[in-house]
Amino acid sequence: MKINLKIKRFNPETDKKPHWETYPVEVEPTDQVLDALHRVKWYHDGTLTLRRSCAHGICGSDAMRINGRNALACKLLMKDVAKDGGTVTVEALLGLPLIKDLIVDMEPFFAHYRSVMPFLVNDEPLPEDGRERRQSPEARERFDKGTWCILCAACTTSCPSFWATDQYLGPAAIVQAHRFIFDDRDRAAEERLKVLNEQMGVWRCRTAFNCTEACPREIPVTQLIGEVKKALATGKLE
Amino acid sequence: MTKSNEALWWLLFGAGGTVAAFLAPLQILLTGIVAPAGWVREAFEYNRVLALVSHPVTRLYLFVLISLPLFHWAHRFRFTLIDLGLKGGQRAVAIACYGGAIIGAILTAVVLLKL
Amino acid sequence: MNPYHRRVAPTWWLSQRTYFLFIVRELTSVFIAAYLMLFLLLLYQLSVGREAYEAYLRFLATPGMLVFHVLALTAALFHTLTWFNLLPNIMVVRYGENRVPAIIVAGVNYAAWMAVSIFIAWIVFSR
Repeated sequence: MKINLKIKRFNPETDKKPHWETYPVEVEPTDQVLDALHRVKWYHDGTLTLRRSCAHGICGSDAMRINGRNALACKLLMKDVAKDGGTVTVEALLGLPLIKDLIVDMEPFFAHYRSVMPFLVNDEPLPEDGRERRQSPEARERFDKGTWCILCAACTTSCPSFWATDQYLGPAAIVQAHRFIFDDRDRAAEERLKVLNEQMGVWRCRTAFNCTEACPREIPVTQLIGEVKKALATGKLE
Repeated sequence: MTKSNEALWWLLFGAGGTVAAFLAPLQILLTGIVAPAGWVREAFEYNRVLALVSHPVTRLYLFVLISLPLFHWAHRFRFTLIDLGLKGGQRAVAIACYGGAIIGAILTAVVLLKL
Repeated sequence: MNPYHRRVAPTWWLSQRTYFLFIVRELTSVFIAAYLMLFLLLLYQLSVGREAYEAYLRFLATPGMLVFHVLALTAALFHTLTWFNLLPNIMVVRYGENRVPAIIVAGVNYAAWMAVSIFIAWIVFSR
């Protein structure tokens, strides 16, 4: 089918501000949006710049805003975003600084991620057989959903609170914090909750639900954020 | 757990939202539409309403009904302004909103005690 | 590197239906608060005396006030619906390790809302 790919371009060396460019491409309905972007880059304009790696929905490199919604370009098929003769808009994720074309500066995102100590903290000695800290399947299940996160930033950059205030930690950082707070092998829940209890922590969440809709891993982000709020409000970890 | 008092405002927001969710629709129907329209005149006759409202349980109900949703509004409105583009003066807006809710709650108590 | 900082336009919420409904949901709190202030005024007039109370009721019967209250009622209903529908997805109720299904939590809330409303209506109209 014939599609118009309308891409927001920005070249920091020549452009004062971003601008839309439209490229007609020929695609199969089962091609990914990423395939269409490649067609533009390889056959129309080699300066189109984007991030991509695995191209099958697991590395999270190609998160971008397609038809006004955050998604992984390699997970959306052309038939999901347009009919024959239609237009698909593609632009970089919002809320983070724009470097070039579809590439944003992920540093602020990673800085928020680092601030919640996203690593297991446990200084107690290992068990006597010296191999690993054991965990029951039920205990593992408690925080399992947070482990699905691939740090693609689709959730955080879809959040109106984050657009308004980029010092807000954002859904992804909160989900990553959740993953460790509710892990019974971890001992630093208190410190992480302290970070989340601050002004720019979990309380900025407005339950807009954009994050849950945007997550390509189908993590119930809003629900996990709610569990952190509940832990802070009641003072108990369930 | 720690010192930020955001949790307090959020709890008040939740309590107020729950009170509003359960009680607001019927209340608005009663005092905003049924009573002024005169559909059940006897029920809203002055002495009857005064007696009903003066009861201590009713006064408590009315205090909760009016003051908690004010905190719900304050919290929601303060953040909505930020979502809609408010950049500077965020602290002042927060103080104005929560302050307004506190004043509203005090006024409510004053009026209910007068009845 | 000198990244370009884009501002999200303050009209972002007009660009999609879900965004619009979110802001509408948040603004229902304004209508509810405004109504409660008008209601507080009614209670105040009650404490002043019969003439003040009845004059205020006549004021509430003016077209502008009636329109406001219809809008406020719509806003309150939208708040109630979104509150009961969203809450179970955010505040998960657990028993042991299992989770109470969202639809049951919502259903219980709706039933309680009906019961409370009927009870209050009964108090106002018959006692």
